[in-house]
Amino acid sequence: MSETADRVKKIVVEHLGVEADKVTEDASFIDDLGADSLDIVELVMAFEEEFGVEIPDDAAEKITTVKDAITYIDEHKG
Amino acid sequence: MFDLTGMTALVTGASGGIGSAIARGLAARGARLAVSGSNAEKLTRFRKELGGEHVAVPCDLSNPVAVDQLVPAAVAALGGRLDILVNNAGVTRDNLAMRMKDEEWAEVIRINLEAAFRLVRAAAKPMMKARFGRVISITSVVGQTGNPGQANYAASKAGLVGMSKALAQELASRNITVNCVAPGFIRSAMTEALPEAQKAALLTRIPAGDLGTGEDIAAAVVYLASREAGYVTGQTLSVNGGMAMI
Repeated sequence: MSETADRVKKIVVEHLGVEADKVTEDASFIDDLGADSLDIVELVMAFEEEFGVEIPDDAAEKITTVKDAITYIDEHKG
Repeated sequence: MFDLTGMTALVTGASGGIGSAIARGLAARGARLAVSGSNAEKLTRFRKELGGEHVAVPCDLSNPVAVDQLVPAAVAALGGRLDILVNNAGVTRDNLAMRMKDEEWAEVIRINLEAAFRLVRAAAKPMMKARFGRVISITSVVGQTGNPGQANYAASKAGLVGMSKALAQELASRNITVNCVAPGFIRSAMTEALPEAQKAALLTRIPAGDLGTGEDIAAAVVYLASREAGYVTGQTLSVNGGMAMI
């Protein structure tokens, strides 16, 4: 597992208060992890802070699964 | 009760009549302020008068780019946190609707309503992170009752109420409250300038028999900003001497 994936999953576990083993790469934030739209906004803010990337709104809207987040961050972090 | 020690606040329109009373009220309760206004000179003078460790962050609220920079600038100046946002700044461009110019309509909406939205949108970020926030917008009795010659102003002030109710629902789970204070007629340069006959006629509509003061509004803002008001959200607190009971 990549370093990005580990850090993303850690943030998801902390923010959504879910069990670590539920945070698989295919897990959907809303459907599988019980997030609401405000949680997603907060997760995106937390990713931005953790990785020093800027995730614009149109990109943030496409991030629906854990894998989406990892992929976006890997492609855009410095 | 209502101690704001350790909290930070951004107040727009802070060098004006009601705005300066609000700023003094929050500062007196221990909050550290970023005071904003469009007239940098007047604002600097007011900040000096306030004393303490308050900061001045001038901003032209009719310029959306400048508005979007205000909250980040205030947060930076206040050491990284913003607990209280007071959307107080407002303008009037009165005219009968049939004579109202597009720009008179647009400018009032832009400054009174759109700038307030832009500021809340930006402030929500640090407030969500902190799991605490107080947003207070100064609306007006005119937004509740209407007033001839003020279609633009009344729309902007009623708009603040609707906006606040939506935001209150979006942000309640993060311990951020969003409320309005609706002043009635408040003693100011504007009301002092009214002809005596008009002033007398105005007073007949106010059960309290007198105009309000900036301090009356400041007290309502201090309450809504306090930790004690944490269960109050999406509300409009009318401070109008009984002239409209809505």
